[in-house]
Amino acid sequence: MNTAPLSNNSWQYRELNSQTPSLNALSDALIELVEKGEPIVAGTADLQYSNGLSKFAQLHPERFVQFGISEQNMVSAAAGMAAVGMKPFVATFASFLPLLCCEQIRMDVAYSALPVRLIGHHAGISLGFYGTSHHATEDLAIMRSIADITVVAPADGNQLKAAILASANYPQPIYFRIQRGRDPVVYETVPDFVFGKATVHLTGDELTIIATGSTVHPALEAARALNAAGRSVGVIDMTTIKPLDREAVLTAARNSRAILTVEEHNVIGGLGGAVCEVIAEEGIGVKVRRHGIYDEYSLIAPPTHLYRHYRLDAAGIESVALEVLG
Amino acid sequence: MTDLTDFRQSADRAFELTDDELARLRRKAQFIRLETIRLIEIAKVGHYTSVFSAAELFAALYYDVMDLRFAEPKWPDRDRFMMGKGHAAVGLFPVLVEWGFFEREILDNYTRLGNPLGDHPDMRKVPGVDFSSGSIGHALSGGLGMALAGRMLGKSFTTYVMLGDGEMQEGQVWEAALSAAHHKTQNLVAIIDRNGYQLDGNVDDVIGIEPLADKWIAFGWETHVVDGHDLVAVTSLLRRLKADSTRTKPVCVIANTIKGKGVSYMETEPGWHLGYLDPEDAQRAIDEIKSKVI
Repeated sequence: MNTAPLSNNSWQYRELNSQTPSLNALSDALIELVEKGEPIVAGTADLQYSNGLSKFAQLHPERFVQFGISEQNMVSAAAGMAAVGMKPFVATFASFLPLLCCEQIRMDVAYSALPVRLIGHHAGISLGFYGTSHHATEDLAIMRSIADITVVAPADGNQLKAAILASANYPQPIYFRIQRGRDPVVYETVPDFVFGKATVHLTGDELTIIATGSTVHPALEAARALNAAGRSVGVIDMTTIKPLDREAVLTAARNSRAILTVEEHNVIGGLGGAVCEVIAEEGIGVKVRRHGIYDEYSLIAPPTHLYRHYRLDAAGIESVALEVLG
Repeated sequence: MTDLTDFRQSADRAFELTDDELARLRRKAQFIRLETIRLIEIAKVGHYTSVFSAAELFAALYYDVMDLRFAEPKWPDRDRFMMGKGHAAVGLFPVLVEWGFFEREILDNYTRLGNPLGDHPDMRKVPGVDFSSGSIGHALSGGLGMALAGRMLGKSFTTYVMLGDGEMQEGQVWEAALSAAHHKTQNLVAIIDRNGYQLDGNVDDVIGIEPLADKWIAFGWETHVVDGHDLVAVTSLLRRLKADSTRTKPVCVIANTIKGKGVSYMETEPGWHLGYLDPEDAQRAIDEIKSKVI
């Protein structure tokens, strides 16, 4: 029987996902750490082809654990592995990890202060028409409210790689919020990375856009278009949501007339909430617009259609910025 | 489905306790019960009967079976122990003091403001606690992780996980059961304290768990049933399991126990899962524990 695909346009997920650069970055970074002698172990819950850990698993099967569809078991077991001296990276959809496993993360990982790395992939609404069960628009708010865990949302594969490599000797547990592996490039090479330190891409005295993860690239495009039209718009990549780079926020709040936060997340409790807390506590009188998903469940559509609909693409962010600029 | 070993019949005599060892372990189990009463007097509330059902199991593990080093709670090659039924920690803390893991003065301030010892064990605060607990259902997964990591690191320690029988109602236990059998963690031993009761009543009335041994066998675990108060039976089983290097399965030991064992009125009243004895009643309980050989 001929099992070859019927046409070049046909595809199957294992092959397709092996071509996604950010997901390769995850495996590549872990492979690099193992080969440096770090006690890395990677685990997943039946999603190795979705998160790209299949590449790691092929090269280092002795350091890979398949947990099957048992996410809570995976998180607690990762804590057990860390308690014995391993550095576990466990990955599943961002819709499952912080919601389904919230209590395991709080008890076994964060409260116990174990250096577990949780990778929530396909975050936000990037799973499009898979629907609400597969969307994660609450994960930042949930993870941010758990003590002693660092929350990071890299903007592309190179920054993800930088963050993973930087995590090797980082003492705290970390939640990495990543996308579906097809992120446009923000960083041409693997950048320097320090947890808790934002990257200022542009400064502007009219408006500063603070973006994180998937919204950094479109925010940059939007700002460049506005600046080309004579406006003065800055962009900060707030990769680390917790601990937040307060200085970067305060500098922007003092030097810009308005702040626009953009996140692929509910506007409640995530990046926008974190930025507002800092600005309000300092008593800085600057207008803040929180842009994202406005406390609702996403519609069904392909991801790019959703980004257009929710104004999370470059044109959408530009239009929101213009509303703020007035 | 009967793959059960009647351990006492098949036991190799070499693994049996000597009379002196048995007398010592009985004193240790009694010590655990008495210390539990003393500490709960400080807190004014506690889980007496959850400790009393497990006192012989604690004694067997900490004073006979597990490899530990005095005053070295972080010795990397130590056997690991954790409890799904973390509320029995009050019975474990005095044992950890005897192992020199922390000062007796800390124990004497059990649950007082800022003390590391609370109702549930916290690995971040208490030397000798290998894994935090308090939320029922996580521990077997934690133990699975330790067993996997031990294998990856080339270590030969055994991980012991004590589970409550009510805990069998938690779904995550069965996720871990499937995973551990699949990954053949022969260095993982689950011990179920089958004392028959949970907060709302008899386990089999709340949500029944029988046939329990058949479930573990079906999940691919080497399964044993033992009288959890029979120190000779418990230690010979655990000693033999520790010596067995040919095993390819994780092990489940169902320890049939009596909730409140040692204090007669507690043995028949499930309300003593959580309670407080005023000093006069505490003294009666102490007198009864001291007068009996279990």
